[in-house]
Amino acid sequence: MSNILQEIGINNYIYLSVLLFCVGVLGILFRRSAIVMLMSVELMLASANMLLAVFSVYHQDASGQVFVVFSMAVAAAEVAVGLAILVAIFRNIGSIDIEKLKNLKG
Amino acid sequence: METVFVLLLLICPFTGFLINLLAGKKMGRTLPGIIATTAVSASFAISLFYFIQILSTNAPVEVRLFDWVTFGEFSIGFDLVLDQLSLLWLLVVTGIGALIHVYSTGYMKDDENVDRFFSYLNLFIFFMILLVTAGNLGIMFIGWEGVGLCSYLLIGFWYKNQSYNDAAKKAFIMNRIGDLGFLVGLFILAYLLGTVDFRAMSFELSDIYGIDKKLLGVAALCLFVGAMGKSAQIPLYTWLPDAMAGPTPVSALIHAATMVTAGIFMVTRMSFLFDLIPDVQTFIAIVGAVTALFAASIGIAQTDIKKVLAYSTVSQLGLMFMALGFGAYHVAVFHVITHAFFKACLFLGSGSVIHAMGGEQDMRRMGGLKKVMGVTFVTFLISTLSISGIPPFAGFFSKDEIMLAAFEHNKILWAIAALASLLTAFYMFRVLFLTFYKDFRGTAEQKHHLHESPKSMTMPLIVLAILATVGGLISLPFGFNWLNGYLQPVILNLQGVEHHSLDSTGWILMGVSTAIALIGFGLAYSKYISKSAVPQEDDKIGGFAKVLYNKYYIDEIYNTVFIKPIYAMADFFKNVVEKIVAASVLAFGKGIAILSVYTKALHNGSVGFYLFVFVIGFCSVVFCLLLI
Repeated sequence: MSNILQEIGINNYIYLSVLLFCVGVLGILFRRSAIVMLMSVELMLASANMLLAVFSVYHQDASGQVFVVFSMAVAAAEVAVGLAILVAIFRNIGSIDIEKLKNLKG
Repeated sequence: METVFVLLLLICPFTGFLINLLAGKKMGRTLPGIIATTAVSASFAISLFYFIQILSTNAPVEVRLFDWVTFGEFSIGFDLVLDQLSLLWLLVVTGIGALIHVYSTGYMKDDENVDRFFSYLNLFIFFMILLVTAGNLGIMFIGWEGVGLCSYLLIGFWYKNQSYNDAAKKAFIMNRIGDLGFLVGLFILAYLLGTVDFRAMSFELSDIYGIDKKLLGVAALCLFVGAMGKSAQIPLYTWLPDAMAGPTPVSALIHAATMVTAGIFMVTRMSFLFDLIPDVQTFIAIVGAVTALFAASIGIAQTDIKKVLAYSTVSQLGLMFMALGFGAYHVAVFHVITHAFFKACLFLGSGSVIHAMGGEQDMRRMGGLKKVMGVTFVTFLISTLSISGIPPFAGFFSKDEIMLAAFEHNKILWAIAALASLLTAFYMFRVLFLTFYKDFRGTAEQKHHLHESPKSMTMPLIVLAILATVGGLISLPFGFNWLNGYLQPVILNLQGVEHHSLDSTGWILMGVSTAIALIGFGLAYSKYISKSAVPQEDDKIGGFAKVLYNKYYIDEIYNTVFIKPIYAMADFFKNVVEKIVAASVLAFGKGIAILSVYTKALHNGSVGFYLFVFVIGFCSVVFCLLLI
């Protein structure tokens, strides 16, 4: 493991993570489909998880990786809830385009 | 052992209350009465046991159940004291209470809420026992409030009639005014003396050096205001005649024999305080004498049989307060006891009459009941003789002692009291003649319904009539005077005990009292028997009689002076102040709405826009942090 880290270099991991995060943010900002936005959120979460794992190896401390496992479990549960909400919205409105979800307008 | 017995004294009626309250509806109409009567009889038996014990030992029984209130140096314990005074009252409360419970089993037989009635009666007995056995003012106040509550519940017992509810509320509110006085007096005494225990207060006051005497006077006056409310003295007496809305046994028990004498009990208990302040004593005597005359004069014009008895009660209570004002506590206690006998008998007798008349209370519709209701008539006659002060009935001796005390202290008040006695004899015989003599004046249907009451109702009447006859024996003016000796340990400075070998003044006064009673009888006889007069119908009454019939328009005056201004104030608050408050609140809301016209455009409901703002905001926060 440490070999791979040394061969690729920690910088590249951080660049990849930032890139993934930015993709997630841009996805959220510019896509109109709620399901794609949900995927973008997952992407941001995954980039954060990856950073955690990388630094855990870098510091020779396993607790970061343990934390990632927890975080993924919670994310799985959260996705289940998020998808259920989307299904419910689709059944009610017949669309998951967020432009049409404006009932809470003040 | 003593604790158990004293607790039983309290718990018996309370258990009766709980049983009837919780399970009364399932027990039919006979069982609640039996349970309640048994509970009170048990308390009576315990009281009798301790009474006999104190006769031989002369030592009061004192029990502390627990510490009730403690802060710093000041503490109130839950103390119960069975001494000479409280035992005397206990015997009256539980004894007459038991008789009236028996009577109620007959009187309330057909009422659908008989269980509720008996549970209230038992609760009343419980609080009354607490009141008289209290070892300090704090505990006494619990009982004081409790009996007021039961009075309220029982006056409004037939709650479907709105005027009865109003009477109940009136009684409660009037009592509340008095209770405020009681409470203020209690606080002042606690502040001055650091204790509210009767014995400790008495000890503190045995040397009044360093105690603010003016404040002490205010405390005594406040306590007397409490007594005024509870014992229906001017100006807080108007609730008592209205309280006749309750069932007749309630009028007999609460509004004649026991609760209304609580004020006299309290003043007697606090005699060590009142003895120190002659000004307040004079005030009490004047209030008492004026009340006696005032109420008696209203009594002669009333046509409702229970109203007459109610005003008679107010008048007799006035006489008792007059005696208290002269420091003749033992005389007041004596009159309380005899009054309990004959007035309970009179009320129960009137209840018997009302029962026979099918609920009619107007004496103009009665008459000639002597032939049908033999026992009721004889007992009513005996009590009338007793209250009028005709020897050798009980009322004569007690009233005569009050007159004697009055004559020694203040001739004017004596004259007022004598006039009140004359009126008393007149209106009592008026009731007797109008109800039991001449011909029946009611409807044919009522005449058909007339009957003597059942045994459960006549038996208490007979017992009370016997007591009203021989009750005077406990304190005879010549030689044998058991009551004064008995009360010696509890009342300091018992006055007028030593010179009870009657001198010539005493004999003359006795003759005058008798003559006054006979004149009252003669006046009533000539008017209602010889001339067969019957009081006129409401719309034909004129002149001063109309003023008397309408009770000097006191209720109307109170209405104008106190109630109307309060309603006017309420109207002012409703129509002006509330409008202002409501308008300012509304204006505040409107202002916010106007301001938000521009800001609410941000809240456009578009999730994308929210997320965009969120990301921009987060980025700018991070950027700022980096800059710093």
